[in-house]
Amino acid sequence: MKYQVQENCLTIFLPTELDHHNAEEIRKEADHLIERNHIRYIIFDFEETAFCDSSGIGVIMGRYKRIYMLGGEVCAVHTNERMKKMLTMSGVTKIMHIYEEEN
Amino acid sequence: MENTNEMELIFDSRSSNESFARVTVAAFMTSLNPTVEEVSDVKTAVSEAVTNAVIHGYENEVHNIYIRCRTEERTLYIEIEDKGRGIEDIEAAMEPLFTTKPELDRSGMGFSFMEAFMDGLEVISEPGKGTVIKMKKIIGKGRKLWTAQPL
Ligand SMILES: Nc1ncnc2c1ncn2[C@@H]1O[C@H](COP(=O)(O)OP(=O)(O)O)[C@@H](O)[C@H]1O
Ligand SMILES: [Mg+2]
Repeated sequence: MKYQVQENCLTIFLPTELDHHNAEEIRKEADHLIERNHIRYIIFDFEETAFCDSSGIGVIMGRYKRIYMLGGEVCAVHTNERMKKMLTMSGVTKIMHIYEEEN
Repeated sequence: MENTNEMELIFDSRSSNESFARVTVAAFMTSLNPTVEEVSDVKTAVSEAVTNAVIHGYENEVHNIYIRCRTEERTLYIEIEDKGRGIEDIEAAMEPLFTTKPELDRSGMGFSFMEAFMDGLEVISEPGKGTVIKMKKIIGKGRKLWTAQPL
């Protein structure tokens, strides 16, 4: 998993294929980082992501629940139309802000 | 029949085979000349059904997953089967956000995505026997054949 920690903000650079197989690893590593670095904000960066399914949505929802309990927030950047559709269908867009591209 | 093609695939229910399964079905459907969007739809649906067989059907034990694909004219038919634990209440399972494994960070959106991205979904399951997911996708729905246009 590629990531960056800046103070209490964790950026997760999501993999090319965000499926069940990769989601497991992200879940473990992200939770470890959240605890160790007192993370309150998570940015999910979809820039590299070409494939996503409901397991990917699950890992995002799970991190949201953790961070929300700690009084923090999560958001997403570089989402394409397909990711947006999936996030909207699952109701994630109600709890998570999606930052639009600046052209 | 002339315009048909078939394939069958049997593989171990390991999470590392999820990408193998969706890429293989994507390769099989190329003869139908699908758009990038249509390939993505099918890949997501296959990934959902195979992941469910791994996590829910076999509960991470390694057994066989079966995929049967068939194209007929411009329709792709896919069947994905496991001989695992089966589904108690199919109607409940298909509800958006319903999951029996919330502790594993499941979103419960698998069946909803299969329904949204495919043109047909049928779930056949019996507790203790296993599950068969039947899906179909019509390729080139929005596209007009140039030969059908008046010249
Ligand atoms: N192949 C299967 N074998 C047994 N149970 C299944 C299978 N596929 C789906 N299910 C059941 O249906 C529920 C909903 O599936 P799905 O919509 O994919 O959500 P999720 O996988 O996130 O739980 C699962 O939680 C599980 O109880
Ligand atoms: Mg699922």
